[in-house]
Amino acid sequence: MADLILTKQTLDRIDQVLQSLLTASGAHTVLLIDKAGQLISFQGTMDQEKVASLAALTAANYGATTAIARLFGEEEFTLLFHKGKEENIHFSNVGEEYLMITVFNNNTHLGLVRLEVRKGLEHIEAMFAENLRQWFNT
Amino acid sequence: MAIISFRSDEIHCKIVYYGPGRGGKTTNLITIHKALGHQVRGELLSIDTAGDRTLFFDFLPMDLGSIGKFRIKISLYTVPGQVRYNDTRKLVLKGVDGIVFVADSLEARKGNNVESLGNLRENLQDQGKSLSDLPLVLQYNKRDLAGSKVALLPVEEMEADLNSNGHYPSFPASALKGDGVRETFKKICMMTVVDVSARLLKDRGMSLTG
Ligand SMILES: Nc1nc2c(ncn2[C@@H]2O[C@H](COP(=O)(O)OP(=O)(O)OP(=O)(O)O)[C@@H](O)[C@H]2O)c(=O)[nH]1
Ligand SMILES: [Mg+2]
Repeated sequence: MADLILTKQTLDRIDQVLQSLLTASGAHTVLLIDKAGQLISFQGTMDQEKVASLAALTAANYGATTAIARLFGEEEFTLLFHKGKEENIHFSNVGEEYLMITVFNNNTHLGLVRLEVRKGLEHIEAMFAENLRQWFNT
Repeated sequence: MAIISFRSDEIHCKIVYYGPGRGGKTTNLITIHKALGHQVRGELLSIDTAGDRTLFFDFLPMDLGSIGKFRIKISLYTVPGQVRYNDTRKLVLKGVDGIVFVADSLEARKGNNVESLGNLRENLQDQGKSLSDLPLVLQYNKRDLAGSKVALLPVEEMEADLNSNGHYPSFPASALKGDGVRETFKKICMMTVVDVSARLLKDRGMSLTG
């Protein structure tokens, strides 16, 4: 795993992408984290205090689920989704090293969230690639 | 892996407490959590514990304040020490920036200490890292039992077992009573922050203070 260097421009753009994802999908919180459990960016209404815990738990949970997939010869399970009475959580891979977590309630639905998450992911993956290039060029 | 943000001028590092089962890793985090003020510490999260055995990990996020221009944020983790939970240890070790190895001073645990340090070495290798290029601090825990009925390993013997070339800083401690916990923690924070900032800032012609 490599270190991550985030410039102001990159972070501002990540925030924009996450913000428009919220608006378009109707989700209330979205986090971008690395697979070591560290928070990169967070937008939404979730209690700030709980965000660090959510990031650490999600990374571990994702890692455990991937380890389970490998027991069955799968590379990973691509759709990770937890459904509750009120709150639902959707997880996706962002490239090899990052995860996006989207939290939504019954004001919206999984189909729309997945669609908007996929759009957001494309933006962010492109951005990470570019961020790396810039970093190596400076 | 560390994260550095040039928007908020923050550096985030991950420190893992490693060591044999029942050695006192979780107790270290509990003691640190109790000792720190509210502005520094976040919530201590212990998931999946059975009695005093960690089954998954403990997690304590904290904000160390500023060093020079940068605000330092640290996430502390413990691994489950029991031998059979190696898959979980590997998960928690992912992206680690600094390690505290909590060794158990009980004579009966001599072998467990050596085995656990070997296991750490192997698990790091799986990530393409090596013990020699990561900040590591050793802690010889449970020294409060000296003079009690249980036999303790002399510190010199633990050094010979775990730190034969004296390469790593080491501290006798009692995680339970609090002795040595702060010293261990301060040392690993310093070493990790120095290491991470050298790695991340040097290429940019920067240092922590300038
Ligand atoms: N006397 C004494 N007991 C200690 C000390 N530190 C921990 N203990 C006790 O040792 C037991 C195990 O401590 P933990 O902190 O749970 O150990 P751990 O390393 O987290 O163990 P695992 O989660 O199984 O890996 C507990 O009963 C602690 O109270 C110490 O410094 N002195
Ligand atoms: Mg424990």
